[in-house]
Formats: sequence, C-alpha cells, structure tokens
Amino acid sequence: MKPLFATLALLVAALFAISLMTGPAGIGALDGLRSLILGGDGPMPIVMREIRLPRALLGLAVGAGLGLTGAAMQGYLRNPLAEPGLIGVSGMAALGAVIAIQTGLSLGTALALPATALTGAAIGVGLLVALAGPRGGSVTLILAGIAISALAGAGTALVLNLSPNPYAANEIVFWLMGSLADRSMVHVWLALPPMLLGAALIWTTGRGLDALTLGESAASAMGVSATGLRWRLIAGVALIVGPATAVAGVIGFVGLVVPHILRPWVAARPSALLPASALGGAALLLAADIAVRLILPERDLKLGVLTALVGAPLFLHLIWKTRSGGRV
Amino acid sequence: MLELQGLSVTRRNRPVLDRVSLSVAAGELVGLIGPNGAGKSTLMEAALGLIPFSGASNLAAMAATDRARAAAYLPQSREIAWPVSVEDLIALGRIPWPGGGRGPADRAAIDAAIARMHLQDFRTRTALRLSGGEQTRALIARALAQETPLLIADEPIAGLDPAQQLACLRLFRALATEGRGLLVSIHDLGMAARFCTRLVLLDKGQVLADGAPDQVLTDDLLRRAFGITARRIDTPDGPAILPI
Repeated sequence: MKPLFATLALLVAALFAISLMTGPAGIGALDGLRSLILGGDGPMPIVMREIRLPRALLGLAVGAGLGLTGAAMQGYLRNPLAEPGLIGVSGMAALGAVIAIQTGLSLGTALALPATALTGAAIGVGLLVALAGPRGGSVTLILAGIAISALAGAGTALVLNLSPNPYAANEIVFWLMGSLADRSMVHVWLALPPMLLGAALIWTTGRGLDALTLGESAASAMGVSATGLRWRLIAGVALIVGPATAVAGVIGFVGLVVPHILRPWVAARPSALLPASALGGAALLLAADIAVRLILPERDLKLGVLTALVGAPLFLHLIWKTRSGGRV
Repeated sequence: MLELQGLSVTRRNRPVLDRVSLSVAAGELVGLIGPNGAGKSTLMEAALGLIPFSGASNLAAMAATDRARAAAYLPQSREIAWPVSVEDLIALGRIPWPGGGRGPADRAAIDAAIARMHLQDFRTRTALRLSGGEQTRALIARALAQETPLLIADEPIAGLDPAQQLACLRLFRALATEGRGLLVSIHDLGMAARFCTRLVLLDKGQVLADGAPDQVLTDDLLRRAFGITARRIDTPDGPAILPI
C-alpha cells in the first residue's frame, strides 16, 4: 500500500508542476520557476504568481477535496454510488452563484459570486440538518440531500428561465460547467481555510468508517457513535464541497469515480481510501485542467465538461467489470 | 459481567420487552432461547445500550469505549459492506483499543482469533466472496479479536454446517471455562441443552424460565413458549431433543 501512496504523491507533484508550466504565455519551465519563487520585473512573475499558481493550487485543493469527500460519503453510506453532491450542498452553492450572476452582483466585486455561493451552501446545510434531524439514519440523509438537490436544480432552472438578459444566461450556463480559469489568489484564500478544516474533520472519521463495514449496530457496539460520525461527516463534506463549488463551479464525476478506481488498491479499507482518494482526485483534476488548456486552447473547454466526458466512460467500464463477475 | 434489572423496551407503542431481569457471570455460557419475535435480539441490543429502553443495564451505563472493551457483539444480520480481506475484517475488532490496530497486542489478538475459528486458510481471501457460513465464522472471529470478558452473540451457529456448529459451541464452552461470560441466542434446543451452562427462555418479551437446561426444557414450558411437544432421548453424548 505504501508504493501506492508514493506513486500518487509523485503523480500529483508532477502534475502540479506541469500545471504551473502550461498556459498561453509561453514561459519556459526554468524561467517560470525562477520568477515564481524569486519574483523580478516584467509580466512573468505576475503571470506565474497571479494566474498560474492560483489555478494549480485550486486544481490541487478542489480535486483532493472532491476525492476525499467522495470516499467519505461512499464509506459512510456503504454504497459505491454515493458522491459528494449527494447531500445537496453543491447544488445550493451553484444556485447562490447563479443568483449572483443573474442579479449582477458578481459584476461589482470578484468576491461577490463565491460569497453568495457560500451563502447558498450554508443555507443548504441548514436545510439538511433541519430535514435529516439529529436521530435520522443514513436513508433520511440521502432523501433530504436528494430533495435539496432537486430544489436547488429547480431554482437554477427558474433563474435561467426568467433571465431577461441572454448574456447573463450565457454566463450562468458556462459557470455551471465548472472551470478553474482566471481565478486569483483571493479565491484560494477564500476556499482553502474551510476546506482544510473540513478535511481535518473527515480525517477523524476513518476508524468509524472502517467499523461501519460491519453495519451500524456492530459499529455502535464497538464504541463508534453513529450520530457523532454523521455530524462530523456532514460538516466536513459541506466545508469542502461548498467552497469548492463556490470557486470552481460544478465539477462532477471526480468524487464518484476516483474512490471507485482506487478501492481495490487499498484492499477496500475505507480509512485507507480517504487519503488515497484525496491524492487521486487531485491528480485527476490537475490532469483534466492541463488537458482543457492543451486540447482546445482557443475555445475555453470547460473543466466540468471534460471530467464528465472522461468520468462517465470510466464509470461505465467499472459497471461492466462489476457485471462480469467481480464485485464493486 | 452483565446485570439487567427490569429492562423494558417499547417500539411504536408495542411492548417488545417487559421487565426482563437477567445476569451473566464469569464462566457462564447462557443460552437465550425463545420463539421468533420473543425479543431475543432486542434484549441484546438494549443490554448494550444501542436502542432506547427503561430499566437498568450495567453495560449501557458505561461510556461507549469502556463498554466496547467490556462486551463484544455479533449482530444477527451478517453485514460486510466492502470486499475487505478476512484478516482486515477480523482486525476491525481492535477498533475499541488504543493504537492504530496494528500493534503487537493487536497482532496477537487477531492471530489468536483466526486460529480459534480455524480460518488460517482464509486469511487473505476476500470476505465477501466466502460462503455464508464462512462469513459467519469470520465475523465470530472479529468479535473474538475484540478480547472482551463478555461476548454477546445473536444466533452464532445459524447457517453453520454440523461440524462447524459443534466447533463453535465447543469453543464458546472453552471460553466460558477460561472465565469469560457468554450470552448466546440459539434455536437448536438440543445444542442448547448440550453446551449451555444455563438457559433463559424468553416468550412475548418476558422471561418464562431461567435455570439449568433440564429445568427450562420441560414439556410444559416448551408447549407454552413454542406450542410444541418435544421428545427427549438421553444418549451417552448428551440429551437429544426432537420437536414434534
């Protein structure tokens, strides 16, 4: 299992470096690195520090966050089809962002859009807590999440429907596809602290998720509090997925596919899958973000479109494998 | 080890357990018998404090971690959610203990549990790909690896072949002789009579009888609880009980 983590970590480091070197400015690798670290005159340090560094950092953080929360949700619900969007927080964050674009708030300051998205995410968590209640089981949580997602989707569709301004509608549609282009360090500082807090919370659930392999009553008989586990998990997922959606838009399939691919490599242990999926998610998203810059540099291919294009066939392949004998 | 006083459980306004008092001491293998729906599983879960109840249970009064080091529980539903190896499955029993679950004490406990359930050949196999009976044995080994003085097992021999049923109950009897306490629900009355040091007959949420096997398995009590008559044949290897 150690070689797996080493390989994934090396892969992430390499992709992070490649992400820093990829872009239309055509900066050489060594020049770019020098101006990133040492600074200097001219446009090169600005390109490296203000454009490429935040993009690579967000790719790393959002990818790792999606992978980690996907693994945590699958472990908690004991279902390989679970994904971080299931609790409805990302849908509500997207609705908040859509409202910010529609009302023109996002034109005022760069922070207005992520701030309203975070507000949406917070409202989503509030609804979830109210609906799923302190005593609800995992099924209640799923149902509440589906209801909130549906509500957020309906709200987004309503905003698009009533939009009198085709430019705003256009912008909304493109924002919903998810992207890391043109993000600044402000976005990084906005998203990173809550995401780190969420990751720390999810980190503490590892042993509880392992115990849940035996079912809820066996886990509670081993001293794992089902209620405590659920709150830590909901809070952790919300703290990661809310900010991730607020700065990057909706990026699907990473949280679903990455835990699925890596599960056999960690002997299916939910606690070991958490760090592996975080690394795998970061690698996948960094790679996808490099690919959107290389495949169609002039057409602004959206990140969420690419992850879905890659993720859906991967998922089909996994279903195929499941069908022909092996289990998930 | 286990002290229950006037334990009552009500679910959806229907009484499931009615003022059950029961104790299990060190060295005892107590068999919990009774018809389907008598409240055997509910009694175990309430005793562990997993479901709300009224009355007193010494286990439920403990802090969760202390309780997990005092009593291991094998639930009736044999759940294994992920394709983990048998060894990793058994290692889950070490979760209540400090450390990462891979220290020398943990290793010893896991190896002992594997040896006691004769699972050496299954160590690296994927638990989900085993047969139902083999999964049950792996889950019993998981409970053994918890190394608790008290073991509460819900129908541990259901689904095991005759040889494995005998091996399992012999092991439980040996554990009792070593000074552990066991509370085991069981449907095979003959096996219960042969191996248990004491039987508790539960019917409609109440304790109908509590005592040595031949005091509990009387014609009258069996008729009242199960609505059957039982033919008892004493053999050199112990009593055989044939329900008619």
